[in-house]
Order: sequence, then C-alpha cells, then structure tokens
Amino acid sequence: MKYRAKIEVSLKPGHTDPEGNTTQRLLKELGYSVDAVNVNKVYSIQLEASALKEAKIKAEEMAKRLLANPTKDNYTIEVEEQK
Amino acid sequence: MKLQDIRVCVMRVGGTNCDAETQRAFHELGVQADVRHLNELVKQRNLLDYHMLVFPGGFSYGDYVRSGAIFARMLTAKLGKDLRSFIDQNRPILGICNGFQILVEEGLLPGFEGVSDFPEASLANNSRGYRCQWVYLKNENKSKCIFTTKIPKGKVLRMPIAHGEGRFLFPKEKEEALLQKLIDNDMVALRYCSKDGADANGKYPANPNGSFHDIAGICNREGTVFGLMPHPERAFYWWQQPDWTSQQAMPQFGDGKLIFESLLDHFAKKL
Repeated sequence: MKYRAKIEVSLKPGHTDPEGNTTQRLLKELGYSVDAVNVNKVYSIQLEASALKEAKIKAEEMAKRLLANPTKDNYTIEVEEQK
Repeated sequence: MKLQDIRVCVMRVGGTNCDAETQRAFHELGVQADVRHLNELVKQRNLLDYHMLVFPGGFSYGDYVRSGAIFARMLTAKLGKDLRSFIDQNRPILGICNGFQILVEEGLLPGFEGVSDFPEASLANNSRGYRCQWVYLKNENKSKCIFTTKIPKGKVLRMPIAHGEGRFLFPKEKEEALLQKLIDNDMVALRYCSKDGADANGKYPANPNGSFHDIAGICNREGTVFGLMPHPERAFYWWQQPDWTSQQAMPQFGDGKLIFESLLDHFAKKL
C-alpha cells in the first residue's frame, strides 16, 4: 500500500531561531504587527508499507534517525493512505 | 612511530572543501595523506589501512536536512563496521568545520558514554547567518586532547571560520549539567575569545556564531576524536593570513600548524 507521511520538524522552545527572528524583523519593517516567527521544515514522503500502523512506525524512525536532532528539534508526523 | 609511516585519510564526498589544503598541511609535515572519496573506501574496504581519519570542511550533500547529517548517516550505513573498529582502536579522528558537524551528528562528539546512537549536541545555524572571518581562540584543554598539546600555555590562536551552522548547543534543559560534564572530563578544547585572550561571553564578534560557552572545538572522553569549527589548514602558512602584506617580520607558519603538530607528536610518542 502507498502512504504519504508529512513530517514537520520545528525548533524546541528555548532555542534561538535566527532565521525566524530575522524574518520577524523584516515583517515588522513592512508594517505588520508580528510577535514571533518560527521557521519549520516539512518533509512530504511517499512510502510503501503493509498497513497504516507500519507506515507510522517507519515515519517515526525516519524522523528519529535522520530528520530531527533531538538536541534542538521537535517533530510531528501525519500519515495518510494514498489513493 | 616514524612520520613517514603515518598514513592519513582525508575523506571526501560531494560538497567537501579544503580537502586539498588539509592534505597539503600533512605533506608539509612529511606525512602521507590521501584524499579518498567515501565510495572508494566502501568499495575497497581499506579504511583500516589508515592511522588517522580527517573529515574536512565544506557543505557535504549540500548541507541538506542539517549540516553533516546526511554524511554521518551515510557513514554509518556504508562504513559503520570499519568506523567502529577505527574508533575502538582509538585511532585519531579530526573533524574540521563540516567535519565537526559530521562528528556531532554521528554521535562521536561529545560521546559522553561512548558513541551515541543519536546526536548529543547540535551545531545550529549562526545568530548572524553565514560568517567568514578570522577569530581568536584559546586552548582550555588540560591534557587529554591530543590535538592541542603543542599549543603554548596562554597563547591566543588566530584562525578563520567559514560557516553558517556552527553554534554549538546542548539540549536547553540540560545545558549547564552537560557543560559541567564536558569540563569535568576535560573535553573542552578551543573557545572563542578576544584578541587579548579575554572570554568572549557569547558576544559578537569575538564569539562569531552565538556558540554556547563560546565553544569552538571539543574532544571525546579519550581525547582522540576532535572537532572544531575554525579551519587550521587555512591558517597553516603565513601567507594565508589576512595581514601578511602589512607585517614586517612574518613567522614562517600560522597557528593552525600547532593542531597538526600536536597530532604528530601523539604518533611520535606511540610505539
């Protein structure tokens, strides 16, 4: 079966996000009242698995083994079957 | 061990840079150094023919995902067994810039309890984006790190940095405890400082990237694996220094040479 996993990696609270801070500064310059900007990364992954549960386990492994560094990153995973 | 018997492997992949400068630094000191592509080593399975390994600078695999992350996982997947033997035998490993990022992502640094399955630290994006500048460094290692033994006590070193992701950090909730562990185990090596050697205290430009505790380079528990963000191979000859035209009497070499010499001293004492 084919599945699509969406893995979003974000910075854990407390760590500085230079890219977000710089973006926020410019958005303010442009006249927007912006309190905070955080820049996240989204990986959209098409994968094969025997069932939804297995697809979720695989996606979790991918996040842990490569896509996120537990020192500074949080991640969320959404998996859905592809029609 | 004689200098001419030492064999160094400078491992490269797509996006590596300064591999030639690193090789030249070793050649200058009379040591054999080969620049080898990861795939070549995988094919020929001869990593263990080398006495030491260097991961040079650059932007391996385009710095995709995170700097050094892909190279590190590729190493584990393709050369993990050989690399493990290499580490178990305490053969020295040096990571310069991107090489430091690779060692952290690979779980070799800091490696509080040996090689870790997941990174225990991070070299995150700089507070001021990509920086290419000369920085001052001081050696705070007491004796363990085999890469800094030749640095005279109290000397302020000058080397260049060139990176966008070099801000050393620990998990926020554990950073003080882990720093203490680094210090207790004598794993802190180089720290950014001002020209006169005063602490940078996280302040730009002395600390160029916002690195925690002004950390520029650390070693593992054994002192045989060392990673640093500055480029010693780009501060090897006097003519690589930015002010060489304005100086009357130039030393023959730059401060980066001390890192290479320390390492060779380690080999000289062996066997």
